Amino acid sequence: MQTGTALKEKAEKAITKVAMYGEDFDLNEFEVGTREVPLTDDLEDLDSDLKQTLVNVGVLPDEKDRSGSFLMLDNAISHSSISDPDIELMSLHEAMEKHDWLEDYSWKLVSVDADKYTAKSYLENANGYFIRAPAGKKSSMPVQTCLVMGHKDATQTVHNILIVEEDAQLDVITGCTTKKGVERAMHLGISEIYVKKGGVLNFTMIHNWAEDIGVRPRTAIHLEEGATFVNNYILLKPVRSIQSYPTAILAGEGAFARFHTIAVAHPGSELDLGSRVLFNAPNTKAELVSRTITTGGKITARGEMVANELHSKGHLECHGLVLSNKGTQRAIPILEANVDDVELTHEAAVGRIAKEQVEYLMARGLSEENAVGMIVRGFLDVGITGLPEELAADIDKTIAQIGKDAI
Amino acid sequence: MLEVKDLVVEIGGRTILNKVNLKVEQGSTTVLFGPNGAGKSALLMTIMGFSGYNVVSGQIIFNGEDITSLSVDERAKRGLGIMTQRPPNMTGVKLENLVNAISTEDSLDTDAIAKKLDMERFMERDVNVGFSGGEIKRSELLQLSAQNPCLYLLDEPESGVDLVSIEEIGKTIDELLASRSKCFVDHNKRGNSALVITHTGQVLDYVEPDMGYILCNGTVVCKGHPREMLKEIKSQGYGECIKCKRGQL
Repeated sequence: MQTGTALKEKAEKAITKVAMYGEDFDLNEFEVGTREVPLTDDLEDLDSDLKQTLVNVGVLPDEKDRSGSFLMLDNAISHSSISDPDIELMSLHEAMEKHDWLEDYSWKLVSVDADKYTAKSYLENANGYFIRAPAGKKSSMPVQTCLVMGHKDATQTVHNILIVEEDAQLDVITGCTTKKGVERAMHLGISEIYVKKGGVLNFTMIHNWAEDIGVRPRTAIHLEEGATFVNNYILLKPVRSIQSYPTAILAGEGAFARFHTIAVAHPGSELDLGSRVLFNAPNTKAELVSRTITTGGKITARGEMVANELHSKGHLECHGLVLSNKGTQRAIPILEANVDDVELTHEAAVGRIAKEQVEYLMARGLSEENAVGMIVRGFLDVGITGLPEELAADIDKTIAQIGKDAI
Repeated sequence: MLEVKDLVVEIGGRTILNKVNLKVEQGSTTVLFGPNGAGKSALLMTIMGFSGYNVVSGQIIFNGEDITSLSVDERAKRGLGIMTQRPPNMTGVKLENLVNAISTEDSLDTDAIAKKLDMERFMERDVNVGFSGGEIKRSELLQLSAQNPCLYLLDEPESGVDLVSIEEIGKTIDELLASRSKCFVDHNKRGNSALVITHTGQVLDYVEPDMGYILCNGTVVCKGHPREMLKEIKSQGYGECIKCKRGQL
C-alpha cells in the first residue's frame, strides 16, 4: 500500500504533466477556488438565479422526490442533507474522518499522477461528496448532488467517492455548473465509484457550463460480480473544453456497464468525450452509446472496449450529426480482444441530417425548422428517463434552438 | 383540383418527365399506369415538391394556384398529401410523436384509425425502422389521416403488402378519400381527390377510379377509362401504350 508521502511525491512530480487528450491548460493562470463558502440549510433559501442554475442541471431546490441533496460551491460544501436514513451522504472529508476503511477506496481507481489535473486535486486535498448505499438497501428516490463554480478565474477541485454495497441500488443525479457571470474557470473532478456484488448504480450527470470554462473530470468505476452501472451524460450548452474518458472495470463475472452520452458542441467548444470498458471477468457485458451534434464546435467521440476474459460482449455506437460547415466530428472507436470467444462490435457514423428525412416530415406539413427539431430530438433520444420535468423543458428548448440554428 | 401543364422535369441533368399534361378533378380518383421507369413516381415526387426533381418548364396548378415553386411544407399545408414507395427510416422519431406533431383541428380521428389499422403497438416505435412493407403503408395512412389532405398522391399503395393487408389498406384509402377535408365541396361524390400509381390494379378493387393515364418514357401517351386501360395492359402489356399513342394523339 502506498503511503501518503509516496502519493504526495508522485503527485508533485506530475504537477505539470500534460494530459493525453484535450487542450493543455496552464493551471497557474487560475486562482485556487475558495473554501470560504456560505452554508445553506435549505436549498430553497438560495437566490433565485442560483436556484435556476441548479434546476438547469436537474437539481431541484425543493428536493421533491429526492432522498438527499448535496451542494458544493467552489471548493467547499454549502449544503448536505439526507432524508433516507439508510443512505450515507456527506462530504468526503467528513467521511474520511468517520470511516477508517475509506482510505482503501481513495485514490485507488484514479492515479494521482495520471496528469496535472489529478495531481493538483490530490495536492489540494480536494473535497467532494461521499455517497454509500449499504448492503441490500434499494433507494427509491435519487440522491442529487451539485457542483457549482462561483468565482471567475478560479479552479474547483473535487474528489467524490460512491459506494454501492452488495445488492444495493442507488440512483444519483449530479449537476455540474457555473454561477451566472462566471465565464472563465476550471473544474477538475475525481470520481471513484464502486459497485459491489449484485449492486446497481444509475448515475446521471448533467453539465451546464459557460463559454470559457475548462473541465477535466477523471472517473473510474469498479464493478464486482453481477453489478450494474448505468451512466447518462448530458451536455447541451456551450463550454470551452471538456475532456473526459471514464473507465469502467468489469472485475466480477456477469458485471454490466452502459454509457449513454448526448452532447452538443457549440461554436468555440471542444469536446473530447469517451468511455472505456475493461472486460476483466467472464460473461461481462457493456454498451456504449454516444450521440453528438456539432453546431460549429469540435467533437471527438471516443469509445474503447478491451476484452480480457472469455464471453465478453460489448457494443459501441458513436453517431455524430454535423449541423454546421464549421464544426468537426471525429468518432474513434477502439475494440481490443485479448482472448478468443468474445463479441465486440461497433457502429459509427458522422454526417449531416439527411434531406430526405427533413422533406419526409415537411411533406406532412411540418416547417423545415420543426422537421429538423424533431429529427434532432429523435437523434438525441437514447432513452434517458427520470429527468425532472423542468430540465426536460430546458433540454427541449435547447434542442428547438439547435434546430432553428441548423437551417 | 390539380392540373399539370407541359411539365418538364430533370433529375441530375437528365430529362425524366417531358411535357406532361394531366388533370385530377375535384373529388375524383385518377390512376397513373405505366411501365417501370416511365416517370410515374418522379411525377408524384415533383407534384409534392421534393428536392432533386428540377422543374425546367411547365406548371403545377393546385386549386387554381400555381404551386410549382412552393416548398414541400407549403404544398402540404394547402392540402397535398403523399404516400411514397420507400419512405426513409426516421431513427429516433416515434410514430406517436410524429402523428401528434402533424395533427391539427382538421385531423381525422387518428386514435380510431390507428386501432383499425392495428398500428397501436407501433406508436412507440421509430417511424419506418424495421417496419415490414405492409406496416410502412399502414403507418403512412395513419399519418395521412392526421394530415387529412385534399389530394392524395399514392405511389403503389399495394406494393410489398400481403393479400390480407391489401384489403385493409384499400378500404382505408377509400374511407380517407370519402372523408371530409378542408377542400370538401357538397356536390362532389367524394370528399377528396387522388392520383394513384398502380401496377397490379389491386387497389382498384377497393377504390373506384374515374380517370386513367398511361405514362411512357416520361410523357403521357393515353388518357381514358381506367378499368379498360387496366384490362388492356393486363392482356397486352405496355406495348399497347405505343399503339394508343398512334391512335389517339
